[in-house]
Amino acid sequence: MSIAQIEIQLIAVVVAAACALPGVFLVLRGMAMMSDAISHTVLLGIVLSYFVVRTLDSPLLIFGAAAIGLLTVSLTELLNRTKLVKQDAAIGLVFPALFSIAVILISRFARGVHLDNDAVLLGELAFAPFDRISVLGLDLPHSLVVMAIILLINIAFIALFYKELKLATFDAGLAAALGFSPALIHYGLMALVSITAVGAFDAVGSILVVALMVTPAAAAYLLTDRLERMLGLSVLIGAGGAVGGYWLARANDANIAGSMATVIGLLFLLAFLFAPERGVVAIARRRGRQRWEFAQTMLAIHLLQHEGTPEAAVENRVDHLQEHLRWEPAFAQGVLRRAEAQEWVERDNGALSLTPQGRQAAQKALTR
Amino acid sequence: MSLLDLLRSLVFDHTIRTVALGTATLGVVSGALGAFAVLRRQSLLGDALSHAALPGVALAFMLTGLKTPIVLMLGAAFVGILAILLLEAVTRLTRLKEDSVLGIILSVFFGVGLLLLTFLQRNPDARQAGLNTFLFGQAATLLTRDVVTMAIFGGLALLVMAIFWKEFKLLSFDREFGGSLGFPMRALDIMLTSLLVVAVVIGLQAVGVVLMSAMVVAPAAAARQWTNRLGVMVALSALFGALAGVSGALISSLGSGLSTGPVIVLCISAIVLISVLLAPNRGLVWDKLRQRRNRRRLRGESVLLDFYRMSGQHSDALAPHPVAALLAINPQAEAVLERLAERGQVRRAAAGQWALTESGLAAARVLEEERLQKETD
Repeated sequence: MSIAQIEIQLIAVVVAAACALPGVFLVLRGMAMMSDAISHTVLLGIVLSYFVVRTLDSPLLIFGAAAIGLLTVSLTELLNRTKLVKQDAAIGLVFPALFSIAVILISRFARGVHLDNDAVLLGELAFAPFDRISVLGLDLPHSLVVMAIILLINIAFIALFYKELKLATFDAGLAAALGFSPALIHYGLMALVSITAVGAFDAVGSILVVALMVTPAAAAYLLTDRLERMLGLSVLIGAGGAVGGYWLARANDANIAGSMATVIGLLFLLAFLFAPERGVVAIARRRGRQRWEFAQTMLAIHLLQHEGTPEAAVENRVDHLQEHLRWEPAFAQGVLRRAEAQEWVERDNGALSLTPQGRQAAQKALTR
Repeated sequence: MSLLDLLRSLVFDHTIRTVALGTATLGVVSGALGAFAVLRRQSLLGDALSHAALPGVALAFMLTGLKTPIVLMLGAAFVGILAILLLEAVTRLTRLKEDSVLGIILSVFFGVGLLLLTFLQRNPDARQAGLNTFLFGQAATLLTRDVVTMAIFGGLALLVMAIFWKEFKLLSFDREFGGSLGFPMRALDIMLTSLLVVAVVIGLQAVGVVLMSAMVVAPAAAARQWTNRLGVMVALSALFGALAGVSGALISSLGSGLSTGPVIVLCISAIVLISVLLAPNRGLVWDKLRQRRNRRRLRGESVLLDFYRMSGQHSDALAPHPVAALLAINPQAEAVLERLAERGQVRRAAAGQWALTESGLAAARVLEEERLQKETD
């Protein structure tokens, strides 16, 4: 691997990690689409700050973009509070309007600046190593430095306000009652999302910022119930997607950001299908098991009801199950096999009887 | 250029007329179908679907090698419906909230689309430019042929909407009830969303992926302010969509750098703003006025009542009374008294002295009666 390749992968991993952290809280708080809105409107912040400083390299751009990000959030809330439009519609109204203003401003007044539609929407990681900056005597890619700083800010914010974030996310009412301001935490988080979006969109484009923020966190949410683990997993999945995406892009000579999103999407698909408890396969297997267990309990109860009664000789027979419980022959045999294996039921020439263990199980099921 | 010239160009300038017809068609279709999306709290679905169209467009081109809009639209619609099915499955089977799933679908599908596009770039005859305009929107490239395609697809979607009107209405307002009546609500849900896919797909070429979501949400959000009836809302929404489409096409023909998509979005945003502020009943301005009127009435009543109670201590209820005592209760009492005087309920007897009139006395007695009634309830 050449130095440039290592640098690109490093940038990709740092961007993915920086996005994954605030993404966890967006997913948990049901605000994932806010990242979509913010990642588009930061463009307006960049354009407006560009008109002030007349350069695209100033750190001021990040502040301007973050400010417009927060404006997006508060405009959405303002509109939502009028009760005239619902939350989701409010998001869908605000961000296209701000984005349109940005696009028109660029094409009217900032032509020739490297700020066109495609660059904003798509980003290009492959060129990142060419833009370099010297920090502490080290010659580093500009975006690596910027994203590392943003990653540190995200880590610091989450570490510092971990308890508050956790409380405000899972029990906003309690947080407010205890005197934490949910609004303050909310806006703090949105500021993080904004600066992360503006830092990242240079590298991966605004739409894939959403992929990096939401998808790893959503996959992690399917894998664990603990917030700390979800944060860790989400960073891991993001980083894995970044490196995997880089190699996929390299193998096909394709767009790196698109490949990263594709790989992260595949990782999500894996989690969706195979997550230990919440995956589709696990759910299907659990449902299947529950079906057998339920049938087995039904069988035990049926046998218990007729045990020792005159009809027992008729009712408690294998061939009668079909008629009485309306089971298909194959299904009835399967249930019996399972019940026998667990020593609930004994079979004697077609007549069925409960073992003490089976009787106990049936009684327990009835009293539950 | 005067407004008249502008309108004349709408009729006689072939390019402008084609563009305006195209954007108007788009506005009608996305406005009408967007109304359902907004009512069902699926406003952001349009956004997700328009992004999910990218891989569809790329695939259609890869498979057929054709760049005709109809082929690309079919590809986009196919992948869009796939996205809906996935969205429905993931939302139903996991504990993820719907907005997270929307975010995933939107961004991952778009990412896959980007990946596919890079394969096309290597193909020398691909001339990606054609695909780019399709995705980022360039209404100026609309041809008569494209507008006809849009009108056919959109017309079919609207026809289906009309045929299943009752069912869709039920789906939007009381899904459980519809299910209990035996309607296949899940199938209807997927069908209605598929119609939205059609609206999104025919809009891509005119306004592009990013701004398409506004064409779904904004006309409906504006129309909602003017009415409480579904039929009126859908019609108004279609009208607003068309209005924004035509005015956007006209305004963008005025100057360079005014791309049609963003201008249309700003037009429809302006319509939303006007509706939210001025729509009768729901509008914020009327709301504020109503609040002010109510506050004023309450203040008048309370001053009148205070005044009545004070004058009740005299033998003659209509005798003048010094206002100083009232001012102690309410510092603004003087101004309120002036207003009451305009209505003839009090009169100024001398400087600092006010008196109830006959009608004021009667009004105060009614108020007193009401208060007592409320207290005994």
